[in-house]
Amino acid sequence: MSAAATETVTYREALRAAIREALRTDERVFLMGEDVGAYGGSFGVSKGLLEEFGPERIRDTPLSESAFVGAGIGAAMGGMRPIVEVMTVNFCLLALDQIMNNAATITHMSGGQFSIPLVIRMCTGAGRQVAAQHSHSLEGWLAHIPGLKLLAPATLADARGMLAPALADPNPVLIFEHGGLYNMEGELAVDGEPIEIERAAIRRAGADATLIAYGGTLSTALSAAEELAAAGVDAEVIDLRVLRPLDDATLIGSVSRTHRAVIVDEGWRSGSLAAEISARIMEQAFYDLDAPVARVCTAEVPIPYPRHLEQAALPQAATVVAAVQQMLGDRG
Amino acid sequence: MPSLGADMEFGKLLEWHVKPGDLVKRGDIVAIVDTSKAEIEVEIFEDGVIDELVVSEGTRVPVGALLATLRPAAGEAPGTLEPTVAAPESPAAPRALPAPEPAASVSEAAVAPLPRTPPPAPLAAPAHQDRPRVSPVARRVAESLGVDLGAVTGSGPAGAITKADVELAAGAAVAASAAVPSEGKAPVEPAAPAASVAAADRQAAMRQAIGALMARSKREIPHYYLETQIDMSSALAWLREENDRRAVTARLLPSVLLLSAVARAAAETPAFNGFWVEDAFRPAGAVHLGVAISLRGGGLIAPALLDADRKTLDDLMLGLRDLVGRARSGRLRSSEMSDPTITVTNLGEQGVDLVHGVIYPPQVALVGFGAIRERPWASEGMIGARPVTHATLAADHRASDGHAGGRFLALIDRLLQKPEEL
Repeated sequence: MSAAATETVTYREALRAAIREALRTDERVFLMGEDVGAYGGSFGVSKGLLEEFGPERIRDTPLSESAFVGAGIGAAMGGMRPIVEVMTVNFCLLALDQIMNNAATITHMSGGQFSIPLVIRMCTGAGRQVAAQHSHSLEGWLAHIPGLKLLAPATLADARGMLAPALADPNPVLIFEHGGLYNMEGELAVDGEPIEIERAAIRRAGADATLIAYGGTLSTALSAAEELAAAGVDAEVIDLRVLRPLDDATLIGSVSRTHRAVIVDEGWRSGSLAAEISARIMEQAFYDLDAPVARVCTAEVPIPYPRHLEQAALPQAATVVAAVQQMLGDRG
Repeated sequence: MPSLGADMEFGKLLEWHVKPGDLVKRGDIVAIVDTSKAEIEVEIFEDGVIDELVVSEGTRVPVGALLATLRPAAGEAPGTLEPTVAAPESPAAPRALPAPEPAASVSEAAVAPLPRTPPPAPLAAPAHQDRPRVSPVARRVAESLGVDLGAVTGSGPAGAITKADVELAAGAAVAASAAVPSEGKAPVEPAAPAASVAAADRQAAMRQAIGALMARSKREIPHYYLETQIDMSSALAWLREENDRRAVTARLLPSVLLLSAVARAAAETPAFNGFWVEDAFRPAGAVHLGVAISLRGGGLIAPALLDADRKTLDDLMLGLRDLVGRARSGRLRSSEMSDPTITVTNLGEQGVDLVHGVIYPPQVALVGFGAIRERPWASEGMIGARPVTHATLAADHRASDGHAGGRFLALIDRLLQKPEEL
């Protein structure tokens, strides 16, 4: 019976189930961050966990990202498996010194004597009318830093499954949860397969163009692919899943088959992940390209508050469709 | 395939006027080529003997494609042409080296059957031509399938050749070679239907070519415009007297004076006579005056009066009449089409008073003339009626500034005040 195999959950519930499982199976695991305890997390992810696991393991912290990320690094060095929640990626800038100068470097600088098995979760992205200080997508900046692993779960299965391997990783892992996904609802296997955090996933197979997306832009790319399919264009959609290190093999393999690539990135275009991916395609698949790589990114403005302006600034399916049609020339 | 205008990307070889073995001299008409605008006679620039016609009649090829090969005429020293002659005494000698043999044996060599030279890459266009757009994968696939990219029509962005285009062409090539009749005669597009179908097609193609070129001009060239009114009374008075002395058939038109004045002014003002190429102005060595000629049934062509600054008014008049006639019948020569150095447009005949022209890239200036009309003209404190024309200059601000443009127009004015010196 299918009802026994799957259950209807939201992205938020899938994340919570993953944290709960980690807390249950490993006593070294604990969660800390602003309002994760009594309030249940700014986005409701940790609701109920304080009651279930107590204040030792679900810890509210002062409003100091630098302090509690630093504490997380120290705990990880001391043998714990901390999960640190930073409310949004915008605020992780206050902890960037800890993330970059400590978390990402200590293993290297200690000659391998210390590892930092730390997981930092943060919300990213726009679309919820929370304006320019809560809406930016800065994954591209963090993806610049060697020593970090960056994950972007865009599906329920990844929301449920990425935490365990992230905690098992001896190095710091950053997980980006797109704010627009928390209410996404769907069927999820009750006892899902373990999930790897190495590779990008082909979410839709196609032959004519590759749409490369991650996190919040996956649904944009999938809708664009549906629209294109109606126009007779068969687009492949890749979900990056891992933003660092990038899975070149999957990307290059796909582009080598379709000969065209559009990158859909909610970050700003200049110096973006999209720029990095575009460069890699040029370096590794130049002789397989039938058109220049195209990018659909967020307009280079602070994310606006009014809904219509916010939507105008963000990558939209129609823009992706237009980019693909443009590169198909007469065929589009 | 010669470039017969900045907007030309392809040409169709309509007719060969020569066959292998024919002796040709520099300036001979060797072929008729159909651009999208007109049928053009193609001149040859080297003396020699036609060796092989590479492109068959009815074939459309990109600018820069090899049309035919030429070898030196018997008795000529090798090396004056492409070094395609190998002395029979030393067949292994590298062909690029000048043959050391005495003249007698060389001439023998020249008449002997020549080793077949592999045709150069079909896309070896002159350096100033835009490189054809071929996607990287299309280029790779074309190489592996042995497809001649020159024969492939692009369907990608901005007409780029894509992988699918190459694969299509490869399929077509296989089909075509299978369809060749047993006599081995290459399939040639039938001439008669081509001509009639071509008329409508050419209209559309010409609009497209004009559109593309003018859009490019307005997109790339920062135009500035100057205007002056020129008193034509001395010029017309002189012309009347001159024409009275002439036979009716030898009479001059006022527009010839205008053309001559512009040509002479251009010769003295190099900043307006030349081309803007690769972010720099290249002055032209000579003045080839482009004359905008409207065609019956619509469209426009601007062939050149070659060395117009050094021609007499009579020669200019003959040249203009000949050019207009041939432009309208669709038979221009390649040297007339290949990039005039400055263009004149004269819409006065249509009663237009003032024309602000669009520069013909890669030229940097266009002079326009309106109708010559009697107008009130104040001079030395008196108002009188004088024949006056509006002269305008549209010039490329990258190549010159308004100050120089003003002097250029003033010079044209001054030259027209002394028509006897034109």
